[in-house]
Amino acid sequence: MLYRVLGLVIKELLAVLKDVKSRMVLIGPPIIQLVVFGYAATYDLNHVTFAVYNEDPSQASRELVARFEDAPAFQEVARIHNNAEVAALIDNRKVLLVLHIDRRFSRDLLAGSAGPVQLILDGRNSNTALLVLGYANTILTDFDSWWLAQHGGVNPPATLDIRARFNENLESRWFIVPGIVALLTQVVTLLVTALSVAREREAGTFDQLLVTPMRPIDILLGKSIPGVIVGGAEATFIIAAGVFWFGVPLRGGILPLYLGLFLFLISIIGVGLMISSLSVTQQQALLGTFLFMVPSIILSGFATPIANMPRAIQYLTYINPMRYFLIVVRGVFLEGSPTWSLVPQFWPMLIIGPATLAMAGWLFRRRLY
Amino acid sequence: MNSEQLMRLRGLLRKESLQILRDPSSIAIAFVMPVILLLIFGYGVSLDAKRVPVALVVEQPSRDTASFTAAFFRSPYFVPVRFPTVQLAERAMRVREVEGIVWLRSDFARQMLSGGNASIGLIVSGVDANNARLIEGYLQQVWAGWLEQYAAAQGVRLSSPVQVDVRIWFNPAVTSTYFLVPGLIAVIMTLTGALLTAMVVAREWERGTMEALLETPASIHEIILSKLVPYFVLGMGGMVLSVAMAVWLFHVPLRGSLLLLMISASAFLLCALGMGLLISTVSKNQFVAGQIAIIVTFLPAFILSGFVFDIRSMPAAIQLITHIVAARYFVTILQSVFLAGNTWPVVLPNIFALMIMAAIFLGLARRSARKSLE
Repeated sequence: MLYRVLGLVIKELLAVLKDVKSRMVLIGPPIIQLVVFGYAATYDLNHVTFAVYNEDPSQASRELVARFEDAPAFQEVARIHNNAEVAALIDNRKVLLVLHIDRRFSRDLLAGSAGPVQLILDGRNSNTALLVLGYANTILTDFDSWWLAQHGGVNPPATLDIRARFNENLESRWFIVPGIVALLTQVVTLLVTALSVAREREAGTFDQLLVTPMRPIDILLGKSIPGVIVGGAEATFIIAAGVFWFGVPLRGGILPLYLGLFLFLISIIGVGLMISSLSVTQQQALLGTFLFMVPSIILSGFATPIANMPRAIQYLTYINPMRYFLIVVRGVFLEGSPTWSLVPQFWPMLIIGPATLAMAGWLFRRRLY
Repeated sequence: MNSEQLMRLRGLLRKESLQILRDPSSIAIAFVMPVILLLIFGYGVSLDAKRVPVALVVEQPSRDTASFTAAFFRSPYFVPVRFPTVQLAERAMRVREVEGIVWLRSDFARQMLSGGNASIGLIVSGVDANNARLIEGYLQQVWAGWLEQYAAAQGVRLSSPVQVDVRIWFNPAVTSTYFLVPGLIAVIMTLTGALLTAMVVAREWERGTMEALLETPASIHEIILSKLVPYFVLGMGGMVLSVAMAVWLFHVPLRGSLLLLMISASAFLLCALGMGLLISTVSKNQFVAGQIAIIVTFLPAFILSGFVFDIRSMPAAIQLITHIVAARYFVTILQSVFLAGNTWPVVLPNIFALMIMAAIFLGLARRSARKSLE
């Protein structure tokens, strides 16, 4: 039996890797995507374009403007002198922020009352707007303490002392790159398995396979193992690149990471084979893959947190294997999570994997009649 | 165009349209998929952290800590969970029960009374860096609100020197759905447009019916046109549906003109269809065509288009690469036309870029189709 399965595994691997085009598709794009997405997928702003509209030529206002100019994330692109220019700059996406210092600014400051400053932000990308606002507030708070220190005043009775754990500088790359491990592993594994049965069915060779002495379990194994090999290799490559190229710290052990990876792979292979055995043509298989993959990526927590989703959608994510694996990779990479703390992520995949595989095996036979 | 050509084209169009009508899967891709995707994503994708579970550790309760925790409990952004010690709270953070810890040390009240600047500790889990930043921002709001209230109660004037007035244009409530839904339309249109043509035409190449079609007196232009028109109609149908859902279901304000939106959508759809045609004629194989379609259309449209990740934050080299992603131009147009209105200096260059890309893709598809015959 082992010998038979091995034969099928070799045949499957050859079917995918023999053809130059399909081999290229499996190797080239993931590498390119890793590099491009690893750099592209970031929420950190470093070129916040802004304009200064300073109506109060004074030392205090110049100090405030200088603080914005010196901030590494900010880049001044214009100085404006009347209100009408604001709209044109923001509407046309020339600047993200206009810093408007009111005519009364220094007068009020020196009089001991609050000097008015207006921040006008482009809200088209609400996330960017909030981040810019956060950066600007930090600069303004610094200015406040500087002013109080210079001119005397009542300090606030309590201040905030903020620290981040696991990702001290809050670099979004540390969050995204481990996510890419899950993302690309899923894409490649799903494609390899989802088309394997459909391709044979379209060519008519699947019926031949069914009449050989192979039992459905042998066929299932023979179709799954190549997926584990290809997906495992892909994931290993991306993990290595994440650590050595992108410099994301791998704080946890290899054991929980690969245990999670293995469970994730069997779940994805199960889904892939299920889609494959449900479809008659490769086109249907590909569509099925898409219909599974797109929601599973978007509803996995890869780019937007699951906690922000409405209850009903959150329940839906429980059947998404990528949701669990993402927590595993990020946990092991950044938090150094030990195996025991990831058990709540492991067992759902341990159910999804065998269940979908069993379903696929059952569908293999059923389709014949 | 003479009458013979016209008749041929009509015949071809009829054939393609019938093919679509008889294969329910194409109709499903064009209409059912956008609806389902928009429903799931429109409700599912949000960057607005609400009701974040945060641990609250008060080492020595006093009147001052009580006034702060009261402000904290009132905030709509947090769901505070009390923990007796910081160690227990950190443990809860490790198993992701809470996303941050607010920590009032035992000397909080004393420091406050002595004017020695008491500190409110916030430890956030930085795993999701973006979320962590938002949580910091929310806590700053709570803190500022509490300070004001505290000062008022004490009868001291404690205004910070600078009084900031924030105006966020186009989306004053900073609802992330308003910027994500228009972007989603671009992602969905990329999917339907490119995938539809890539798969259908690759199947024809695989079966040899494409070669058969090329052998007929019909010219390559006529064949390409006949493939484009029906899928264009399907795609635009999906677009209208998506815009309707964005406006009526998700209440995204449409401040620009609908006509402008549709003109941009047609330019983009031509791009997507051209890309699909090119992929299928280059690969001539459904397996490869499907993989390429996923890899070069969906993922870039998701990550490199500005749909979630702001292009302006990417490194220069990557920003350059985004210029070959058609969805990038369309996402910019959609976000501007929906939220800001008809901002011509933004819209025009982007429509122009889309038209050039469409011409390039269609031209390349035509060339590779002709070449493959030889």
